[in-house]
Amino acid sequence: MGEGTTEMKDSIARNRDLLREMKEILLANVVMAAEIPSPTGGERRLSRFLSDRFTECRLSDIADDQAGNMAGVLPGRNPRRNLLLAAHTDKVWPESEDHTVSVGVGTMSGRGIADNSLGVAVLATLPLLLERLDLQFDANLILLGTSRSFGRGNLGGMRFFLENTDREIDGALCVEGIDLGRLSYSSLGMARGEIRAEDAGNTQSVDLATSGVISSLHSLIGRILEMNRSYYPESRILLGTVEAVSGFNVPPQSGRLQFEIRGTDAAQVAAIEKTVVSIAASLDAESTEVDVEVEMFAHRKPGDLGVGHPLVRKARAVLGELGVKPKVEPSISELAALLQAGIPALTLGVTKGAHRHTFRESISVDPIFDGLAQLVAVLEFMDRNGEAQS
Amino acid sequence: MSAQDRVIKKWLETNTFHHSEFWDLRELVRAKEEAGLTISLCIPTLNEEKTIGKEIIVFKSELMDRYPLVDELAVIDSGSTDRTLDIAKSYGADTYLSSDILPAQGSKPGKGENLWKAIHQLKGDVICYVDADIKNIHPKFVSGLVAPLLYREEIQYVKAFYDRPLAVSGGIRPSGGGRVTEILVRPLFSLFFPELTALMQPLSGEYAARREVLETLPFPIGYGVETSHLIDLYQAHGLAAFAQTDLDKRVHRNQSTIDLGKMSFGILQTFLNRLRHYDIVANLPEWEGLFRQIQAEGRTYDMLNHRIVEEERPPMVTLPEYQKRHGK
Repeated sequence: MGEGTTEMKDSIARNRDLLREMKEILLANVVMAAEIPSPTGGERRLSRFLSDRFTECRLSDIADDQAGNMAGVLPGRNPRRNLLLAAHTDKVWPESEDHTVSVGVGTMSGRGIADNSLGVAVLATLPLLLERLDLQFDANLILLGTSRSFGRGNLGGMRFFLENTDREIDGALCVEGIDLGRLSYSSLGMARGEIRAEDAGNTQSVDLATSGVISSLHSLIGRILEMNRSYYPESRILLGTVEAVSGFNVPPQSGRLQFEIRGTDAAQVAAIEKTVVSIAASLDAESTEVDVEVEMFAHRKPGDLGVGHPLVRKARAVLGELGVKPKVEPSISELAALLQAGIPALTLGVTKGAHRHTFRESISVDPIFDGLAQLVAVLEFMDRNGEAQS
Repeated sequence: MSAQDRVIKKWLETNTFHHSEFWDLRELVRAKEEAGLTISLCIPTLNEEKTIGKEIIVFKSELMDRYPLVDELAVIDSGSTDRTLDIAKSYGADTYLSSDILPAQGSKPGKGENLWKAIHQLKGDVICYVDADIKNIHPKFVSGLVAPLLYREEIQYVKAFYDRPLAVSGGIRPSGGGRVTEILVRPLFSLFFPELTALMQPLSGEYAARREVLETLPFPIGYGVETSHLIDLYQAHGLAAFAQTDLDKRVHRNQSTIDLGKMSFGILQTFLNRLRHYDIVANLPEWEGLFRQIQAEGRTYDMLNHRIVEEERPPMVTLPEYQKRHGK
């Protein structure tokens, strides 16, 4: 299939209409995937859901692994090649939060519905969708729900899979619920860590007596913001959590700052990490009142498939046919591990959505079928044009 | 142990199920086809836009598209002013306004009216009713209720129950029947129909029944419809006609104590009507259906009177329109 041809246009339009007929089946899977709590490291129940769906669809080689991934294979007609379609199964929400989904006209909302219940539902439904389209690939299609994507999980599921699978992966797509138009073909360098400050039990200064470790965290934040002004936009230090809690009138004795350094230049990311670690170390050394320590728990190397790669060009062309403007953004999720392993891969979004990672997280129903038609078109291209990608 | 206790104990052993016994939907579809039955699912609604979409999606996908256990999925609405019907229709349910069904019979307010009209409108040999306000919807809410009817011919009517007994300090709580059940219906059943106390949640809005039974039952259109069904069916067929299925947990909105008072008042009227109908008590006075509540604000006391009249629809099988439509 060529790029931007009438054939492609007709095929996408036809597929979109057929896929729309599967609406309730897909949306029911979204509801069920979204209502199963699946915090990082606790994905077992959602993986089981995937396994049940894979079994119902009679996939082969359905198996979980030590890392908590769940895989199933849709065998190809000429299975010398293996394509991978992956969606992370963990959500940012703890088990205790209300995971109830609400369904309105054209929208669905609930915690984790976009990130990444919709992605998981696409995996669970894809065999039926391909059946409806009467499509069978030459390559094996491995459907993989990956565990431990977020935070300290550090892409543990995808890394484990890539390190231990006995199948050579010829190409991969990562599916994220939102946003349709997302096109990631590069990954950023990243270093993620936590700085912890503890009262050493030797309070002398006014600052510590009146604000506890807040004064130390404040000083750290000031230094980090200053660094950001030097490195931005090539690199940046994102502050995601600052925590030091003890009510209104008792200075907190412990606190933490969670941060992530991102950048396109691996050397610069490493240099920034080194600086942050040394700032924390000097704070620790300078003060007898507060103990400061740093823990780094995730790293990514930058990777880039390249804007001219056939897979990227195809994905752009498909989005163009759908009338969707590509939103190119580097990724730090599963794509990073795939690119690092030398596998041609993209991350694509399925639909429009809003309020990601809030209790109001929502997705639009109608664009889902554009998103699915996009995935199918790119998979078909990967299946037919294996040589062009390598 | 009394003879009555033995009947209840035996019934609990043989006619109480857990939804997990019917997890295999493929097998249920086979059993349905073997029994030659069709199943209609009815969701009565009034302003349920928050939960109806999810129910329709889950039921249609799992019980119609994937496994054709349900042949018809209908929403029968009492005149919602929100987007209930738009949402239900957009996800593939058949939608009806209760007032458009059997127009010659007029239209009355109340959930019982929708349930009654569903018997006329829907085609299935088995009708399963599921309330629209369930937040944790799952196919088991239907499969768990219709399954006993597919496997056991003598069972006519299957009720849902939820929230199994919890271990609490000082022993085991007898049942989790809900407040109105435990302080009104269970005491009344204990006095007048002891065998019906075997039903864990006689008021649950989820149940499935055979058409030939539903069409013979009069339908109070308000709060008393479930209580009335149980008494009438029990009088006609005994406890053996019932089954109940444990559906584990049901998450729904809670009603205020004031609303539960109104509900209890409606149920009590229905109950007394049934006692009168079966000549179980003599000389019950006529009542005007006025439920009186007193509201205090400081030293001001106001009377809040609610007129709650439990009107009753006749057995559907007595209507010529029904006889014609269903070939009776």
